[in-house]
Amino acid sequence: MIKKCMFFFLFSGYLFPQNEILIQNISGTEANIPMVYIPSGSFTMGSDKTEMGHFGDEGPKHVVSLDAFWIGRLEITWDLFNLFVSREIDQNQIDKSDDNETNTDVDAVSGATTPYVEMSFGMGIDGYPAICMTQLAAVKFCEWLSAMTGNFYRLPTEAEWEYAARAGSVSAYSFGNEVTQLNEYAWFSENSDEKYHLVGTKKPNAWGLHDMHGNVAEWTLDKYLPTAYMKRKKGVSNPLQESTRIYPKVIRGGSWMDSPKRLRSAARRPSSKKWKRRDPQIPKSKWWHTDAPFVGFRVVRPVKAPSIEEQKRYWNYELIN
Amino acid sequence: MKMKNKNKNKNQTNRKEGESRRSFVQKTALATSALLTIPLGVEAMANVRGDKKLKLALVGCGGRGSGAAVQALTADQNVELVAMADAFGDRIEKSLKGIQEHFDGEKKINIPEKHRFIGFDAYKKAIDMADVVILTTPPGFRPYHFEYAINNDKHVFMEKPVATDPVGIRKVLEMAKVAKAKKLNVVVGLQRHYQSKYIDLKQRIDAGNIGKIRSGQVYWNDAGVWVKKRKPGQSELEYQMRNWYYFNWLCGDHILEQHIHNIDVANWFIGEYPESAQGMGGRQVRNGKDHGEIFDHHFVEFTYPSGAVIASQCRHIPGTMSRVDEVFQGTKGSIEIGKGEITDLEGNSQYKYPKKWGEDANPYQVEHDKLFASIRSGGVISDTENGAKSTLSAILGRMATYTGKKITFEEALNSQLHLMPESLTWDSTPPSLPDTNGNYPIPTPGKTKFI
Repeated sequence: MIKKCMFFFLFSGYLFPQNEILIQNISGTEANIPMVYIPSGSFTMGSDKTEMGHFGDEGPKHVVSLDAFWIGRLEITWDLFNLFVSREIDQNQIDKSDDNETNTDVDAVSGATTPYVEMSFGMGIDGYPAICMTQLAAVKFCEWLSAMTGNFYRLPTEAEWEYAARAGSVSAYSFGNEVTQLNEYAWFSENSDEKYHLVGTKKPNAWGLHDMHGNVAEWTLDKYLPTAYMKRKKGVSNPLQESTRIYPKVIRGGSWMDSPKRLRSAARRPSSKKWKRRDPQIPKSKWWHTDAPFVGFRVVRPVKAPSIEEQKRYWNYELIN
Repeated sequence: MKMKNKNKNKNQTNRKEGESRRSFVQKTALATSALLTIPLGVEAMANVRGDKKLKLALVGCGGRGSGAAVQALTADQNVELVAMADAFGDRIEKSLKGIQEHFDGEKKINIPEKHRFIGFDAYKKAIDMADVVILTTPPGFRPYHFEYAINNDKHVFMEKPVATDPVGIRKVLEMAKVAKAKKLNVVVGLQRHYQSKYIDLKQRIDAGNIGKIRSGQVYWNDAGVWVKKRKPGQSELEYQMRNWYYFNWLCGDHILEQHIHNIDVANWFIGEYPESAQGMGGRQVRNGKDHGEIFDHHFVEFTYPSGAVIASQCRHIPGTMSRVDEVFQGTKGSIEIGKGEITDLEGNSQYKYPKKWGEDANPYQVEHDKLFASIRSGGVISDTENGAKSTLSAILGRMATYTGKKITFEEALNSQLHLMPESLTWDSTPPSLPDTNGNYPIPTPGKTKFI
């Protein structure tokens, strides 16, 4: 049904440049999450040495095929993330039903601690992207959102993220190779005034996604492995570099702090425990990166949800502290 | 002068190796002081100078204390953690595990069972074993722990605030003099004083870049901090000790426990302490049974002797504007510390602090680096008096919002308000008690009296 619908949108691309959108409401709040349909398909992941700013971990280029999924049109904002931190609307969890993709009990989802430090660093809350959360916190937000809505949510895999960011393009950026155009599409070091900005205020890519380049870099599910692409066989589908270790995980898209090369569709960056450098507590927080005001995330909902047993794989139940 | 035999022996053994021209001079200086009869300071210093192993005790094993212990053990190559004290055994175990994991097998931790001290008196046993002590319990205890540490010749790192009531402040101020006379190093965890951005900007203020400060705004507005729920079987005292943020005898309210950082920056940048304060506050949102007796917002106007007026706001309410910052307006321009920017009276940028996010050294580490370097070189860092006076400034703000009256710094300093009991056992009755519905008495402006 969904695929049929998509078919229509793809063919009428000139009239309707953006993909189908589904709004995910959450009971107990007016905040919602617009999700954009991304059709199944294949794309070329990574970049060539000839691309300006190319780094060794982006090669070799290889073809990846992916199943269809929905991805957030916008980065998750503080308005949304704070619902997970405060857990004040948990009593509005959707009733359990066989029609749900998941029936996780919201009480069973671990909660982030309230940070002692003010984590937006004065850059804004309402409509601004949430930052400084650990990958674990971003993953647990997805689990919480799943429990609240009955739909299965998780972080994008690195491949899904790049596929969605490219939106059919093969250039350094989704709009082409010209850095001079970046200002229309992204918040980055040269135009950000040293802070993040309201989500969705720059032009979207061809699939209607905002801020894939810049504003805040975004968590993916994958472990960072510089040689990941070298190990991939031809025609890999739905790749995911799983890991039970906290570090390093991949973030994508670059941020308000970064120079243009870090915003490229192919650019990869590993997370680091240095991002907790100024956390004055021991043990350092599992939930907050005091020194990562550049990292946020957006969520993904696969069109075909995994089985209940398989879902936990995506929610870090195997993570070693 | 009371003194433990163990200490006496140690000091005697060390006198020879520590005897130097410098210590002779200091001893002479002390001998000429009519007010002070505290001959131990020199020995205490001689005890730790040079490369000798420094023994460290951690008193108050929460997350911050454990973090400070790691920083102390990182600051100097020859420091060993030899004692830990906390009211609760489980806090010690968790803290020790965290510190051990951080160092992953390095031999800096010597904490067999008999070096773990539990209870209200535990601090004495831990302090006795050390050369340098970290005081990081809830702030209500600080004056008494600090007094014991200084009386026993220990160098100190202590977290802010350094008291919750004026009785405690007076004790800390008195001990500040003793510590100075004994040449003991005391670093207070107002870490902005150890942060290059603040130091750089303060130098520019002193150089007259914005002229004389006439007004300012200081903020700690955010969603608030942790809450520990009451557990079955807990005594009232244990519950309050676990959920200490919400009880004034332990915490002093968030205007003190947290917003002190920003009020302290105002004091530091203006170069004065407030003359008086008036303000308003209450508990509008965070007002449940789990939230003890503290307010969720305060707005205070501090007036300084030079006439400068600082608007201080702190709020713990989710979903409201967040800002933690300090901003000042002078006769020639303005400064925004968050932005690191100085502007002239027309708003044109005059200076921008050049370092980007995360390029500054970690101030929590720097404060320990400086402490240990000073101990090794025979220097004296004396943060105590400023720590106490900035603590009192925040207490003054709290007194103003609780009473709704204008109160002077002098009145606050001489106030008889005494929140922290002199001594505590697990059988003691805590100073604040809930009514039959489980609610605690809340300060009410216009009704709450200044004491």
